[in-house]
Amino acid sequence: MSLITVKDLSLGYESKAIIEHLNFEINEGDYLCIVGENGSGKTTLMKTLLHLKAPLAGEILFSDGLNANEIGYLPQQTVVQKDFPASVKEIVLSGCQGRTGLRPFYTKKEKKLAMDNMKLLNILPLKECCYRELSGGQQQRVLLARALCATRKMLLLDEPVSGLDPGVTLQMYELIRELNSVKITIVMISHDISTAVKYASHIFHIGEEIFFGTTQEYMKSEVGQFFLQYDETASS
Amino acid sequence: MMSGIISLFIQYPFARYALIVGILIALCSSLLGVTLVLKRFSFIGDGLSHVAFGAIAIASVLNLTNQMLIVLPVTILCAILLLRTGQNTKIRGDASIAMISVGALAFGYLLLHLFPTSSNLSGDVCSTLFGSYSILTLTSQEVWICVILSVLVIAFFILFYNKIFSVTFDETFSQAVGVRAGWYNLMIAVVIAVIIVLAMNLVGSLLISALVIFPALSAMRIFKSFRKVTICSVVISVICALAGILISVAVSTPVGSTIVAVDVAVFGICCAAGALKK
Ligand SMILES: Nc1ncnc2c1ncn2[C@@H]1O[C@H](COP(=O)(O)OP(=O)(O)O)[C@@H](O)[C@H]1O
Ligand SMILES: [Mg+2]
Repeated sequence: MSLITVKDLSLGYESKAIIEHLNFEINEGDYLCIVGENGSGKTTLMKTLLHLKAPLAGEILFSDGLNANEIGYLPQQTVVQKDFPASVKEIVLSGCQGRTGLRPFYTKKEKKLAMDNMKLLNILPLKECCYRELSGGQQQRVLLARALCATRKMLLLDEPVSGLDPGVTLQMYELIRELNSVKITIVMISHDISTAVKYASHIFHIGEEIFFGTTQEYMKSEVGQFFLQYDETASS
Repeated sequence: MMSGIISLFIQYPFARYALIVGILIALCSSLLGVTLVLKRFSFIGDGLSHVAFGAIAIASVLNLTNQMLIVLPVTILCAILLLRTGQNTKIRGDASIAMISVGALAFGYLLLHLFPTSSNLSGDVCSTLFGSYSILTLTSQEVWICVILSVLVIAFFILFYNKIFSVTFDETFSQAVGVRAGWYNLMIAVVIAVIIVLAMNLVGSLLISALVIFPALSAMRIFKSFRKVTICSVVISVICALAGILISVAVSTPVGSTIVAVDVAVFGICCAAGALKK
């Protein structure tokens, strides 16, 4: 079942288009990786999908089963001011904001949800800790737990592993894979093509040529082969 | 001497008013301090206090009996205006704030000079800027306005506490889950304007930022969660205001600067405590 359908979408800033005439679908249970060079418009695409930015043209259709506020989002490098006093618990709980509407306080159910998500991501012992004193990997887990409070359906992750060391990066990828295996649809931005093809079911390559398709198709395509080769030579 | 002061507060209504109003203002001004500091809005607070000075000048030239009637709307309007221009990339937010605030200051002084309402112009200006003993001469009507506005500010803060946290911590995320961040920013700006007009009675327009920012900064030295910092800054602010008012009555110093001096001292203590904790 298609959760999001994108029709003839153009996006960019102030009528200067970055990507034009996009058409694709995201289905339930997909693991879509958006790859492409820096500045190619990956973050812009994600913000447009989230209705944080108006599209220049075209439309984004959500299926009946998905409300716009049922998407969990992990922004690219949340620049939290250096001295922001916020405990892990407070931040994770704030993921429930989409559910509260105008109700001023959180319900017991929402508090339990926050607890469960902290447990799931192994950050429960840190719940009273100050966010800014955590390591990079722990911080990303906190933000992931917050995103999970917003939804059990779909997660949009903008470079969730940037700035993490290799071991923690691997843990993060495994964690995201586990979330995907319990039917959470994943849309992830990454510029690591070789891991993208390892984990994702679909690849969206933004660049001079735009590619959208399954991972198998991508590995057979010219763009895919070119970049995969390039990636191997770069890492070897 | 201490018992003398206490009996003064028990005996005279004006002293009681001063105490009630002082505590309420201190409470309100510290509530949004954390948000103000973290959202880099503190300069908006500073700019607005100058605008309020200009508005007071207009009000006194027009010879209004209740200056709030003009000062409050003008300040709120400017708060909204500043927030709008702050989001506009063409004029840098801080530049436009500097423009408006310095402009209002100059314009206000000019007005007072052209249409002097009393023979003691510099005395008047000085008391508007630094807060004189005006808090000891509040009428019961002014006290009621203060009480009502404070209750509104406190109610707003409690009802929207979780939204304010979310918008302050990560605006993009809260927008993504459907919080109307723009609207809350606007409300925060309006509430800041109200607080500034209120606090003007207590410490005068130049010292308002101190009243708003110092308790928050002090609390942030010691505590690490938003809730604890908020509660702590309220407690600090109220205690400092109380101490400041009592000291100023005892040794007859200006109320506003005494309170701010106490705030600064507490900030120093909190810095030391924070450093020791590490
Ligand atoms: N707020 C903005 N206003 C105008 N242009 C922008 C803005 N943000 C990003 N851009 C431009 O849009 C392009 C795509 O940016 P982005 O989506 O962040 O790329 P990516 O996430 O793929 O690195 C870049 O060329 C960038 O300069
Ligand atoms: Mg990006």
